[in-house]
Amino acid sequence: MSDKLIDIEDLRVSFHIPEGVARAVDGVNFNLAPGETIGLVGESGCGKSVTALSILGLIPAPPGKIESGKIMFNGQNLLDLDRERLRKIRGRDISMIFQEPMTSLNPVLSIGRQVAEPLMTHQGLSRAAAFEKAADWLDHVKIPAAAKRLNDYPHQLSGGMRQRVMIAMAMVCGPKLLIADEPTTALDVTIQAQILSLMVRLKEELEMSLLLITHDLGVVAQMASRVVVMYAGQIVEEAGVVDLFDYPFHPYTQGLLKSVPRAVRSGEQIKRLNEIQGTVPPLTQMIVGCKFADRCPHSFQLCREKQPTLFRIKNGHRARCWLKEYPERRRDNV
Amino acid sequence: MSDGPLLNIVDIVKHFPLGGGVLSKPRGWVKAVDGVSFAVSRGESFGLVGESGCGKTTLGRLILRLIEPTDGRIEFEGQDIFSLGPAELMPLRRRMQIIFQDPYSSLDPRMKVDAIITEPLRSIQRLTRQQRQDTAAELLEKVGLQKADLDKYPHEFSGGQRQRIGIARALCVRPELIVADEPVSALDVSIQAQVINLLQDLKDEFNLAYVFISHDLSVVEHICDRIAVMYLGSIIELATTEDFSHAPRHPYTRALLQAVPLPDPHRRTEPFAMDGDVPSPIDPPTGCAFHPRCPYKFDRCELETPLLVQATANHFVACWLNEGTGLTIDN
Repeated sequence: MSDKLIDIEDLRVSFHIPEGVARAVDGVNFNLAPGETIGLVGESGCGKSVTALSILGLIPAPPGKIESGKIMFNGQNLLDLDRERLRKIRGRDISMIFQEPMTSLNPVLSIGRQVAEPLMTHQGLSRAAAFEKAADWLDHVKIPAAAKRLNDYPHQLSGGMRQRVMIAMAMVCGPKLLIADEPTTALDVTIQAQILSLMVRLKEELEMSLLLITHDLGVVAQMASRVVVMYAGQIVEEAGVVDLFDYPFHPYTQGLLKSVPRAVRSGEQIKRLNEIQGTVPPLTQMIVGCKFADRCPHSFQLCREKQPTLFRIKNGHRARCWLKEYPERRRDNV
Repeated sequence: MSDGPLLNIVDIVKHFPLGGGVLSKPRGWVKAVDGVSFAVSRGESFGLVGESGCGKTTLGRLILRLIEPTDGRIEFEGQDIFSLGPAELMPLRRRMQIIFQDPYSSLDPRMKVDAIITEPLRSIQRLTRQQRQDTAAELLEKVGLQKADLDKYPHEFSGGQRQRIGIARALCVRPELIVADEPVSALDVSIQAQVINLLQDLKDEFNLAYVFISHDLSVVEHICDRIAVMYLGSIIELATTEDFSHAPRHPYTRALLQAVPLPDPHRRTEPFAMDGDVPSPIDPPTGCAFHPRCPYKFDRCELETPLLVQATANHFVACWLNEGTGLTIDN
């Protein structure tokens, strides 16, 4: 038994669209240890959600295609499993919660039914037993008067309550891994705080791992133990959370951290935010060198000619940047 | 020209009928904005924050007279905008503009950028086609796009670029006041920084006043001079950004600030999870609307509604604590 719960090796996923082939995930490697929380961050289209959907075999094909790679979980490659065997893992060993609780709950089924369903499917509980356990879980995620609300429908609940139902659904079978894709992005900040503290509590109780996908660096700083930063389908940096925030290596990570408006109360208000010039290149574009070179204030000729690999910066800290090999090229005045 | 504020809002109220039709009476009223007053000076950025449903967007629409109020008045340079007829309103419209949240739905997909930007000009000023084109080209460069982009359609641009087009459209009539309703919420972090910087540059260049509506406290604290917090249709605190951040007086403001996750792994805080949801604006709680969620509530809070009163020179709060001055730093 390895110390890795899930190990993603050289995952490549592309989408065949009229504009060409979009390389949404372009050679991604990372792993998660049992009980660990990884923050997967990056901007729209960087491939973070596609990576997560690949784990669960939820990439729509066509147009999507998993070109190569392995996702090892419990000694088996999830990419080799047929639908039936994958279905046995989904919702039992690996669960996922999504950004928009309204569209990811079924509007015509009662919430009790939706929370009970995984228990009937995976654990073979009777309807009555499953509903009883569903009520316990709804209570556990702090749905007020849970037993009475089993027959409520999603539209009768507020956004925060719906997200609690989603979490209960994902947790009932005690998964080893929870994938949370922007779980609080659609929620107001006080409700976000409630949901995050609920996730922290449940993660500890169930000793599960959490893959937290978000664009919010505040959420990452508060929740994750390790952070993976993606850009244009690739990992550009990976580090422990403190290292990433204190010693970001990749110019993209550095730019991202400096472009967040820091609240006045953090005592380091910046008059003018850092901008990362330009925009993300289209995924259909073939780029020979580093994908960030066009926007990078430090780029030099090699960056446009040859793609850097993920260099080891120190133990547990990797960055995809030629500056590791040519530190003298780093400019100070940017 | 008067020395008074550019924008003066006095006890503005907007209630929306709930259900009901031509023949039937409404079943109730949604009290979206329920008696709000504040003033904005020339060149000031005024932030309006609060959670979904607090009435901030409705208030933004009232300021531009995109909807009619139930009661109260809004003065632009001393002139009540709701008393004006269509012909008198037109010159005022030129002086106030709006930027929307969603850069995808706020631009007409079948119009070229050129036409989008100059549309406000066509209806307000008599200019030749050439003059309009020149104005559009100049504005496009101001917001960081190129003249060549004039001939393109919105779908050819990214979200951040579309938001720049929306900003150019708002600027084209040289307004004095811009209502910006969540202008950066739909953008990625690095693009958000570009647009925030642009808004700050334009403010300095044109001496613009902003009413900046957002749920993102960090963005508002970064941009605004003063901040008002709304809860269930009312302003519950109004202060300078400095006071808002360091010495909030209303328990709700304090809860909001504590709920924002700080981008600093050295300062991990137990997220301050205030229980409960925002109550319904159809049937708001008695007394202080916040009392069901407030950790400091006492008897009076359930019975009487606190009004927004002055606690210190530039700091107003609606809270019964400490004789109506809200929390102090010691609380």
